[in-house]
Amino acid sequence: MAYDLSRRTALRGMLNGAGVVVGVPLLNAFLDGNGEALAATGAAVPVRFGTWFWGLGVNPNRWFPTKPGKDFDLPPELEPIRPFKDKINVFGNFNVPLDGAPNLPHTSGGVAVRTGIALTADRGLPGQSFDVTIGDQIGTRSRFRSLDVSAIGDARNSLSGRGGGNLNPSEGSAVALYQRIFGTGFQDPNSASFTPDPVTMARRSVLSGVAEQRQALQAAVGAEDRQKLDQYYTSVRQLENQLDVQLTRPEPLQACAVPHGAPAELTASGEIETVMKNHKLMTDLLVMALACDQTRVFNMMFNNGASTLTRIGSTITHHQLTHEEVLDNRLGYQPNATYFLTRIMEAWTSFVAALDAVKEGSRTLLDNTVVFAHSETEFAKFHTIDNMPMMTAGSGGGRIATGHYVDGIGTPVTRVGLTLQQALGVPVDRWGSKSMETSKPIAEIVAG
Amino acid sequence: MKRSAKLAAALALLALPAAMAFAPVGPAAGADTAAAPAPAQAGQIVAMRRLTEAQYRNSIADIFGPDIRVSGRFEPIVRPVHEMIASGARRASISPTGLENFDAMARVIAAQVFDAQHRALFAPCAPADAKTADDRCAAQVLAPLGRYLFRRPLTLDEQAFYVRMAGAAAGKAGSFDKGLELALSAMLVSPNFLYVIERAEPDPANPGQLRLDNGTRATRLAMMLWNSAPNEALLKAAAEGRLTDQKQLEAAAAAMVSSPRFEQGLRAFFADMLLFEKFDELAKDPVVYPYFNQDVAQALPEQTLRTITDHLLTRNGDYRQLFTTSHTFMTRALGPVYQVPVHRAKGWEPYEFGPRDDRAGLIGQAGFLSLYSHSGRSSPTLRGRAIREVLMCQPVPNPPGNVNFTAVQDVHNKAMPTARIRLTAHNTDPVCAGCHKITDPVGLSLERFDGIGAWRASENDAPIDAGGMMDGVKFEGGAGLGKALSESPDTPICVASRALEYAVGKPPEDEALVERLVGDFAGSGYAIRALFLKVATMPETWRVTAPVLDNATHVSFAAPATMAGRTGR
Repeated sequence: MAYDLSRRTALRGMLNGAGVVVGVPLLNAFLDGNGEALAATGAAVPVRFGTWFWGLGVNPNRWFPTKPGKDFDLPPELEPIRPFKDKINVFGNFNVPLDGAPNLPHTSGGVAVRTGIALTADRGLPGQSFDVTIGDQIGTRSRFRSLDVSAIGDARNSLSGRGGGNLNPSEGSAVALYQRIFGTGFQDPNSASFTPDPVTMARRSVLSGVAEQRQALQAAVGAEDRQKLDQYYTSVRQLENQLDVQLTRPEPLQACAVPHGAPAELTASGEIETVMKNHKLMTDLLVMALACDQTRVFNMMFNNGASTLTRIGSTITHHQLTHEEVLDNRLGYQPNATYFLTRIMEAWTSFVAALDAVKEGSRTLLDNTVVFAHSETEFAKFHTIDNMPMMTAGSGGGRIATGHYVDGIGTPVTRVGLTLQQALGVPVDRWGSKSMETSKPIAEIVAG
Repeated sequence: MKRSAKLAAALALLALPAAMAFAPVGPAAGADTAAAPAPAQAGQIVAMRRLTEAQYRNSIADIFGPDIRVSGRFEPIVRPVHEMIASGARRASISPTGLENFDAMARVIAAQVFDAQHRALFAPCAPADAKTADDRCAAQVLAPLGRYLFRRPLTLDEQAFYVRMAGAAAGKAGSFDKGLELALSAMLVSPNFLYVIERAEPDPANPGQLRLDNGTRATRLAMMLWNSAPNEALLKAAAEGRLTDQKQLEAAAAAMVSSPRFEQGLRAFFADMLLFEKFDELAKDPVVYPYFNQDVAQALPEQTLRTITDHLLTRNGDYRQLFTTSHTFMTRALGPVYQVPVHRAKGWEPYEFGPRDDRAGLIGQAGFLSLYSHSGRSSPTLRGRAIREVLMCQPVPNPPGNVNFTAVQDVHNKAMPTARIRLTAHNTDPVCAGCHKITDPVGLSLERFDGIGAWRASENDAPIDAGGMMDGVKFEGGAGLGKALSESPDTPICVASRALEYAVGKPPEDEALVERLVGDFAGSGYAIRALFLKVATMPETWRVTAPVLDNATHVSFAAPATMAGRTGR
């Protein structure tokens, strides 16, 4: 708290004049002092970042608070977050200007939020998503650079990637997620003994071999293929790094409790109860992956953009409902479409609760994490993307102030992405392209 | 054993000088500069196309035998809108998760190849001591395997590298075989295996222009026609420089489309053209459609592919009749959906629909009908759109972002029992009507089939009017639509341009080329073998416009900026 004044002053400087550039290493210098250390080892508690996506937006008049600031109100559809209101920020009135690019339904909005770029054609991500940028900053010392999961069970359900049209695939099965985290290669940080696994050592040498052969290809490729090769070798480096971590004795972690076995297999489907169950299983695994420091970055996709969620016995999906269900004149909204939104907010709250239930020293795992939740449309019936619904939960080890409703007054949505990148140590002072380019982080939520 | 004979032959070939002239670049690690290759240099890489899951699996089965298990998840290749996965593969990179999975698969495969049961098939020599390195024997094992996996002979540097890797690992593990296993794993995660790397050389027929080289031709023929790695004959033809000779290229391609293996290639092509990845996500509401289950979901794409290969290959049929044929195949799981008796408890049996069934070729199949429906009801709009986009290559615009859908009526509204009535109400809005006019009159003719493709005469007790219209022609029901599609000039143009796209890895830009191809296709009586043979042998598909070479002034192992965090360890 001692730095409050100087931090705010510095950020105001950024807001008011483009000439004032606050290098983020400076912010880091402030922040490192704030980190708490685990009593057991003296090692700093890692900070984590993740995203939580839901498709098809909200009913704006029933979701967005009306009173900006700390004492914000909770309209009916936001009511489920009440127990965690102090640990959550809600963002309204942040816009997605597309500079004349078409609004590709259910695609442009989510991509703009993550990359700061307006899509011109529907072919994957046009640039690096900022969760990947943050992962490159905070995720290099854990076994996985990122864990990406889809509760609706679709590998293509992803908004994360390094650009160039590619997407990091999502894991859709809780069983496979369990195997990936706690199966072969997992080192229990609290285990008394540690022996580097010879198989891991062998894998490590295979990868260095692959890396050594880079030049023969690189010398003969054109620009487009070179980019692809670079991405391939970035993946090789990440995997090498992951193996290096496995070959290093882990620090004991008080909060890490290894699950006793794989969950029962669920057949993936869009049926809402199945998705809720899968989300719960995946949340529990993800929370333990964070507590056991297997990853520091994650992407949870609850449903997809043009949501294929269904209810048993209904002839029509969530997406169809948002377009075809009549607005109930008495209620002022579409009751069947809204049913899904209610369940989604319930799932989001349970996700936040699961993070908050894990104690790390005097804080909780949620306190040491920033989760960025967002959708891809404002009001799905009309595919609107201005006033994009977004939230954050957790303070990232004291880097983010919480409990605010922030009114963006029509400024670009990229301000949220910029603020989060800066708070998590990414050296960036402007982000986004064309009308979405911004150098103005959101001062209210930058903690001092 | 057949395989060991194949490998022995491969070994003999190694003695021949490598005919492919790509410049081996020494691993001058850490070099800060490397001369940019001169334009039109032989061996220049003009495309890198990621292997699809099927190509990976087929390659492993063809090289190591079908009993070698491939277990793991493949990173999906993103399909660019209105294009093929074959085009997406040309842009696909490999994410960290994707590589992790490839790495896991590689280890499982390599361990099987050198286990007690299999090693004799792949190791033509015995090491001096099974517990230590033996470079001579390792080279004898690894060079032919590398040649199959990289689809070209290994360069001397590469061979030395893998032998060294095997030797180092053999020393550490105290096992010669473990060393081989490790070196094979390394080949299986190499970009030289995971990507089909297409290289060009100067074209003597067109000075200043490039053409794909022999090695690339062998691989492209194999991937396009058989969806797998090139076999011994192709590799040999490439090594002898025979595939740049038009006559010999035609002979090779003709033999390949006549081979039974062409069926595997044709299945892969249609799975790509018909967007079969959508079957992975196909789910139906169990209350609305109690007959729909996992067995049905798995049988649907297979039924379509059997119909296609039976009609186009076994019967050598006219492509246009794929939309009218009454022949298909049934399996037990599909009996309840089609309401037909299926005699065999397991497997498939031929079936012929009668004229009153109104099931015309592909569009009358439950696969197409259920894929382009919602989870609980049919959709004339989705069906009409798929017919336009997938079968006729006519992209339909997306609904505008700001459409007001309030005009659309409730599905349970008693006053609007059928989809036709609901859609007509929706189309009072001129903004919507513009596109729906393209799709709905086509799709409405299939309304007698519900959301899983089962027959029905009425919806919500109201009789169904299955009248349809396409491009001004009116018709009745599925049979009418099938006839209209078979008579449309757009269906053969569509499949021909898809075949070109599939071969080259990008949508064709040269309209005259497509026209010539369609002309030849028509001349053959719309025979699919003739079409693929033509695509594979047209000199135009082997020419390349040189990509802008990157100014490779900085080639080093320094990590890109994104890796900066690593140094902080």
